[in-house]
Amino acid sequence: MGRYSVFSLMKNALSYHENWQAAWHSPKPKKHYDVIIIGGGGHGLATAYYLAKEHGITNVAVVEKGYLGGGNTARNTTIIRSNYLWDEASQLYELSMKLWEGLSQELNFNVMFSQRGVLNLGHSLQDMRDIARRVNANRLNGIDGEVLGVAEIQKIVPLLNCSPTSRYPVLGASWQPRGGTARHDAVAWGYARAAAAMGVDLIQQCEVSGIRTSAGKVVGVETSQGFIGAPKVGCVVAGNSGVVAAMAGMRLPIESRPLQAMVSEPLKPCLDTVVMSNAVHGYISQSDKGDLVIGAGVDQYNGYGQRGSFHVIEHTMQAICELFPAFSRVRMNRQWGGIVDTCPDACPIVSKTSVQGLFFNCGWGTGGFKATPGSGYVFADTVAHDRPHPLAEAFTIDRFTSGALIDEHGAAGVAH
Amino acid sequence: MLKIHCPYCDEQREEEEFSYSGEAHISRPLDPGALSDADWADYLFFRKNTRGWHHEMWQHSAGCRRYFNVTRHTVTYEIFESYPMGTTPKALPKGDAR
Ligand SMILES: Cc1cc2nc3c(=O)[nH]c(=O)nc-3n(C[C@H](O)[C@H](O)[C@H](O)COP(=O)(O)OP(=O)(O)OC[C@H]3O[C@@H](n4cnc5c(N)ncnc54)[C@H](O)[C@@H]3O)c2cc1C
Ligand SMILES: [Zn+2]
Repeated sequence: MGRYSVFSLMKNALSYHENWQAAWHSPKPKKHYDVIIIGGGGHGLATAYYLAKEHGITNVAVVEKGYLGGGNTARNTTIIRSNYLWDEASQLYELSMKLWEGLSQELNFNVMFSQRGVLNLGHSLQDMRDIARRVNANRLNGIDGEVLGVAEIQKIVPLLNCSPTSRYPVLGASWQPRGGTARHDAVAWGYARAAAAMGVDLIQQCEVSGIRTSAGKVVGVETSQGFIGAPKVGCVVAGNSGVVAAMAGMRLPIESRPLQAMVSEPLKPCLDTVVMSNAVHGYISQSDKGDLVIGAGVDQYNGYGQRGSFHVIEHTMQAICELFPAFSRVRMNRQWGGIVDTCPDACPIVSKTSVQGLFFNCGWGTGGFKATPGSGYVFADTVAHDRPHPLAEAFTIDRFTSGALIDEHGAAGVAH
Repeated sequence: MLKIHCPYCDEQREEEEFSYSGEAHISRPLDPGALSDADWADYLFFRKNTRGWHHEMWQHSAGCRRYFNVTRHTVTYEIFESYPMGTTPKALPKGDAR
């Protein structure tokens, strides 16, 4: 695989950019692999990459029913932060943050990771107490964070309405300077390209329709391109986790819900950080292209339709206009939904299952994009060694039986 | 936005009047003391999360405040019927929703 660099760019410019190598191949599936990853989203591709890179397991197939990164990876608002409340969660997201910080270099692919900082606004005394508690917890865990007052916030985001007479006045915020955004597609493509270069087969347009087991062990998967054998299968299918679990006769503590987002027409640069508010429920950033990227709340009902109800985005627009009156005239360009796999405690499941060789990595729900590198890292380790990675020990499926839930609802400021 | 029929008010109203309450027909354990941890986990947390026709509970929270069940398709979001608590749903429509 050729390296991307300023020299390769110049060289290819001479041939009018017509001779770039394909970033990966689209092979026919082999009969047998050491590991099959179901789901070619960011998490699945990252898992395949770390299996090859950290564990030398390269006889791996990623089986994707659509195209790479076309699920929630393509649909999210790309907010990255690690300021979660509880030790277990914050350590997992912080691992991810550290991996993000070196990812473009590691993958030789610009994932456009931009540490522009994340503000989580507080609008009530209780919000401010929760923020102080969370920031203190973060700092004890070695994660950057500050509690800001209104004057400091106003300096960072001049357009934000901090008037004391607004309906839900801004009283302060938590500020994580290392937080920010990344380019969603680039993350999937970067992992895909780097994994393929180490020998991983990326098989697109190939839907898994069954999981074959024998004597309590997984032996492979039925797909639209025939049976593919493997002694280990990792399921990383986000919103479709329940569907794939049912193929193995299992249920999960997960419900799939629509989550919506939208982008505006492109504007001149006006917002150079990420602003989130749990109380009025909206979150917003501006992409490098100039569009405002706005995320809504999760719809209340189970749904696989990749669309939600209009009143949900209407509420979000109300919140955004309340926070940024200047945006009230901006027109929205596109709106869409993804299917998020929500867990009762808003934390993921990275786990072995009762079927030997069958693993699940799911439940990242409304906030898993930020976790893409860390999720792949700990899941690859879990699959390779057939035991949870130390940072994933608290996230096994057994916590729903033992009762050791990790309640990150609201504790992390806002759900994304 | 879903349009939901409340079988008690006998009115078709907008989704915003209603609150979703999850999978229907999960009965409360009759003898809670006899339940194992796994049974509790199953009752509290594990769900079918059906892709297709789904029996689910809704509450008419801005209306009569009563709970009832709805059969809805989780891909097309088409609603087949609403029926009062304690009654059995009609046979599911054949095949996929429209
Ligand atoms: C609107 C929205 C906004 C969000 N905002 C944020 C945010 O700001 N920050 C953040 O951290 N997170 C956010 N998230 C959450 C984040 O997008 C997800 O948690 C994360 O992208 C999940 O990645 P994944 O790779 O597991 O899933 P996906 O990208 O969904 O990948 C799963 C893949 O599995 C494939 N698949 C499913 N079933 C099968 C099958 N039977 N056979 C083969 N393949 C199959 C799918 O086609 C899909 O490509 C948001 C989500 C949405 C929808
Ligand atoms: Zn009613």
